[in-house]
Amino acid sequence: MIGVDVPYWAQSLLRVLGGTVAVLLPAGTIVYLFLFKMMSFMQSRLGPMEAGPYGSMQLFAEVGKWLQKEDIQPQKADKQIFKLAPLIVLVSTFLLVAVVPFGPDAYFTNFDAGVFYMLAVSSISTLGILIAGWSSANKYSLLGGLRAAGQLIAYELPMVLAVLGVVIQAETMNMQGIVERQNAGEIFGWNGLGNPYILTQFIGFVIFMIAVQAELTQTPFDMPIAESELVSGYMTEYSGFRFLIFFIAEFATAGVFALIASVLFLGGWGVPFSWFGWHTIDDVDDWMNIGGPLIMLTKMLVLTFLIMWIRFSYPRFREDQLQRFAWKVLIPLALLNIMVTAILKVMF
Amino acid sequence: MTDLADRQKLSYIAAQAADARLNVELETEGMTLNIGPQHPATHGTLRIIVRLDGEQVVWAEPSAGYMHRGYEKLTEVRTFPQVTTLINRIDWLGSFANEVPFILAAEKLMDIEAPPRAQWIRTILFELSRIANVGLFLGDLGVQLGAITPVFFAFRDREYVLNLIEAATGGRFHPNFDRIGGLKDDLPAGWITETKQVMKKLRMFCDEMDDLLFGNEIFQSRLRGIGVIPADVAKQYGLSGANLRASGVDWDLRRDQTLPMAWDKVDWKVWTHPDGDCFARCWVRLQETREATKIVDQLLDTLPSGPVMAKVPRIIKVPEGEAWVSTENPLGEMGYYVVSKGDLGPFRVKIRSASFNNISIVPWVLRGVYVPDVISILASLYFILGDIDR
Repeated sequence: MIGVDVPYWAQSLLRVLGGTVAVLLPAGTIVYLFLFKMMSFMQSRLGPMEAGPYGSMQLFAEVGKWLQKEDIQPQKADKQIFKLAPLIVLVSTFLLVAVVPFGPDAYFTNFDAGVFYMLAVSSISTLGILIAGWSSANKYSLLGGLRAAGQLIAYELPMVLAVLGVVIQAETMNMQGIVERQNAGEIFGWNGLGNPYILTQFIGFVIFMIAVQAELTQTPFDMPIAESELVSGYMTEYSGFRFLIFFIAEFATAGVFALIASVLFLGGWGVPFSWFGWHTIDDVDDWMNIGGPLIMLTKMLVLTFLIMWIRFSYPRFREDQLQRFAWKVLIPLALLNIMVTAILKVMF
Repeated sequence: MTDLADRQKLSYIAAQAADARLNVELETEGMTLNIGPQHPATHGTLRIIVRLDGEQVVWAEPSAGYMHRGYEKLTEVRTFPQVTTLINRIDWLGSFANEVPFILAAEKLMDIEAPPRAQWIRTILFELSRIANVGLFLGDLGVQLGAITPVFFAFRDREYVLNLIEAATGGRFHPNFDRIGGLKDDLPAGWITETKQVMKKLRMFCDEMDDLLFGNEIFQSRLRGIGVIPADVAKQYGLSGANLRASGVDWDLRRDQTLPMAWDKVDWKVWTHPDGDCFARCWVRLQETREATKIVDQLLDTLPSGPVMAKVPRIIKVPEGEAWVSTENPLGEMGYYVVSKGDLGPFRVKIRSASFNNISIVPWVLRGVYVPDVISILASLYFILGDIDR
């Protein structure tokens, strides 16, 4: 534990700052690395090159552009709710990041129902999207909003079920506890790698990542936005900084979900405890509070790379195909996974 | 086929019936959605009015004319050589192919024929513009279905073809290279070897598309069995080109009619597909692009020597008469009915463009499909706005 005694106001300030960094930094990194550069290289072009070395300042140019733009509201829109919607979506991202542990002491909150809380607040963004679609007074927005609602509800369930496997194996819903269990664990007596749950819960991991893809409305599940059908779905009527907030929320949520996936399946911030002779989380040295976030960032980048890779190479499903996929493939598979996990848990 | 007034009446009745059905059976309100005139999927200004029940289309009606430029009328105040500048812009992605039927019609009236080398080069450029056109379709197809990567590959490889067209004609999009009696110029030095390399690249591009799109399961599930057009319906609505061949009708004007062009001198295949769905239409176009590269390769091998221009008078006056010539353009059958009164310019030109007839099937084929399928059906029917609104 850190020996320094930090007063409550400073702790709160640190948390606010940390939360902002934890949301904005992944979003910026993902947008620059993947959306600007990786996508361009995949598509045999260079991407932004003018703003800063290799276009690294492009983000600031884009943000500056959006902030300057006029804030247009449709005449028949439900003005106040229309203004509120992007904020609700962004708030859900901040609420999500609150339970993600970044190190032995580097966390915002640490409580026993972490996983439960995470699954609960991740649906708040659906609310924002739905009211954005409704309040825009635009037919395309409405279609997009309704699609989003249907889709996000359908994919919430496989996500919950996929996480249940991890919870059964870890015997805790505490995110910090799940990290500890993975890094202190052992595979058939060998503890050189810990026991990351991606090995035992591989099906759960795949289902979780598919559900995340759908939850984030990335291609192949991007029907709520579907730029060739619905212009821009629920975002059609948004401009300027409200669009920017939607945009940040989209990529920040991608980052946060990747962080959560790395906590649940890849061992989170930890290194296998046996490497340094640690046994429980209390033994972990203080430098992991610096190293942990870096490890998390690396794992997040790997996972968001997967998300973006799929996004750039696949065409999109149709709404009914997506529902069929969720209810007929993912949910039975997840239930089977839970059953097998539970049986094995009892046996060993 | 019923006439226009009847069709309007029928669609009105259908709309009334749809309203009644919606309100009585399901007690939901229908919604009229304007897809277009400004919409990302209509690549231009086509407007499609669809009446929706949830996400299902109850009836649909295309409304063309937002980009009408009056080419038929404009040709009447231009001389014959000037007309090619205009008609280049009808199907702007395969522009050289637009010039050919008109020039052939004028040549038919004047009773002259281009020398063999000119015929060969015409055919080569015709097929190159087909590749430029359909190649972009293959990439754009991905965008319509939500895959953003293929379109960049399409633009990259189309650029090679456009460079070739530019090298030979001086114009990337609007070559204006065809002359009555032959061509403006001969091919530049080194063009043949370069073209062969580019054709190799384009075959690779086709393989790439085959892997990236046509082999993709989501792509197949989005297109197979969607928007099925049986052969007899396709014929009734006057579809042509790949849309017709995808319904199993083995009909290709390049093979089925004798024109002073070089298609009958080389070995190639007309691809058809029995299914008639969206996938079939896209697949036939992919095969056609491959076939076009083969045609170009073979024509380059057998390119005859000689002049590229027949003997024509300095001031072209087309003798009195009427002529109809149509060719198998990238989008389908394109023809010109040219009426001349013996003046410098045509008296009347009727343009038959493929897309206008191809989208006439939209009300029939869109009934009962979902909104995402509307987009994939429109994408697979493949129209160019300039080709709809001349």
